[in-house]
Amino acid sequence: MDRSIRDVEFGLLLDAIYLTYHYDFRSYSEASLKRRVMAALVHFKCETFSRLQERVLREPQLFAELLRFLTVQVSDMFRDPTYYRALRETVVPYLKTYASLKIWVAGCSNGEEAYSLAIVLFEEGLLERSLIYATDINPESLRSAEAGVYETDRFTKFTESYQLAGGRASLSDFYSAGYGGAVLDRRLKKAIVFSDHSLATDSVFAEVHLVSCRNVLIYFEKELQERALGLLSDSLCRKGFLGLGLKETLRFSQHAAAFTELAPGARIYQKI
Amino acid sequence: MTDIEAIVIGGSAGALDALLAIVPALPEQLSCPIVIVIHLPPAQPNLVPEILSRVCARAVYEAEDKAPLRDRTIYVAAPNYHLLIERNRSLSLSIDEPVQHSRPAIDVLFESAADAYGPAVAGLVLSGANQDGAEGLRQIQKAGGVAIVQAPATASSPMMPEAAMQRVGPSAHVVRLEHLVFFLAKIAGTNGAKTRIEDLPR
Repeated sequence: MDRSIRDVEFGLLLDAIYLTYHYDFRSYSEASLKRRVMAALVHFKCETFSRLQERVLREPQLFAELLRFLTVQVSDMFRDPTYYRALRETVVPYLKTYASLKIWVAGCSNGEEAYSLAIVLFEEGLLERSLIYATDINPESLRSAEAGVYETDRFTKFTESYQLAGGRASLSDFYSAGYGGAVLDRRLKKAIVFSDHSLATDSVFAEVHLVSCRNVLIYFEKELQERALGLLSDSLCRKGFLGLGLKETLRFSQHAAAFTELAPGARIYQKI
Repeated sequence: MTDIEAIVIGGSAGALDALLAIVPALPEQLSCPIVIVIHLPPAQPNLVPEILSRVCARAVYEAEDKAPLRDRTIYVAAPNYHLLIERNRSLSLSIDEPVQHSRPAIDVLFESAADAYGPAVAGLVLSGANQDGAEGLRQIQKAGGVAIVQAPATASSPMMPEAAMQRVGPSAHVVRLEHLVFFLAKIAGTNGAKTRIEDLPR
């Protein structure tokens, strides 16, 4: 097929989604987004982006399913243990000085990172006074995050990462195995509010002490990265902390000047 | 023939040895950016950029998200992230599911390169013990780019080159390791007229 026609169709599909459902993928990094939408073409048996567009405009249920392809749900508990170790060692001592804490996990997917943070806070005696906002744009992910149930066989890797991250006890203290999966402890769930929020179209909703936004910005084009970083920065209190993915950096951002790098290898920044 | 604006290279077991033979010998006239995916265990620190930078005069970096591609520069994918090339000639990373059990996956890089560059990219599949890269190389060939495979007889793990040859078919250029530098220089060198691919040794 003619490349330029395909490009036009791809742009129109994203426009149609924005105009109909108010989800804005127009400033997402195109290469990986296109790859995921191509997988959706196969799944929905559509030959072209135009065919998919026609269906998505008329079938809201199909859009709900398509969101699973547009967004990325890959995560693990204690993914990149060095990050959580650095949080424990460099950020927690500051957090202990506050009487109450608000924390934002932006782009929480199925909740693995929010629960990991909750476990760190619990072990540091901070969870009682903490409120964790965990947000995502995919309602299906939010529902699954809220349920806090993960396949049992994933916990071997989770446990290994938990230990590398400096876990104090045993990860099994925080979940109970049941039918078809392990469910995370109610003490953790109680501290987390899962809700819908878009870094592309929504604005600041709270002032927080720590934002953890990992492997989200890589999916955005430069301009949207800047918008999102501005939003994260504006949400932080003075001296608040920002944690990014290990391959994400503030180095090239206009917001870099508002932060100092606290744990360089772990990509943890502190707002000045 | 379209000018080659980028070279993408993928490999697994045995590919580092092949790169160590190719990279130091690349002539100055070959100036386009080179982007490499080589499978590594995810937890290890990525030593490949340092290893390669020691043996050549080019700048070698671990690929960073949104970095614009520069001439005379080699980019190596970071462990545990897919690496893609955007239409605006910059890099992007993703943590999407592994493809062919691999992240980074050669298929992901190659397919994005085919989409970004169309006929102006050359893809090279090196030694390796799985089938990653075969589909990506086919996409490069389909978009009019140059599909190159390290001759299996010269690869320490021939499975990956063989899979790529099979998928791409007769239009794949199967080139012995010792001829690869010459081949790349001929198709992507900037010094004078380029040799027609049909005239190159197989």
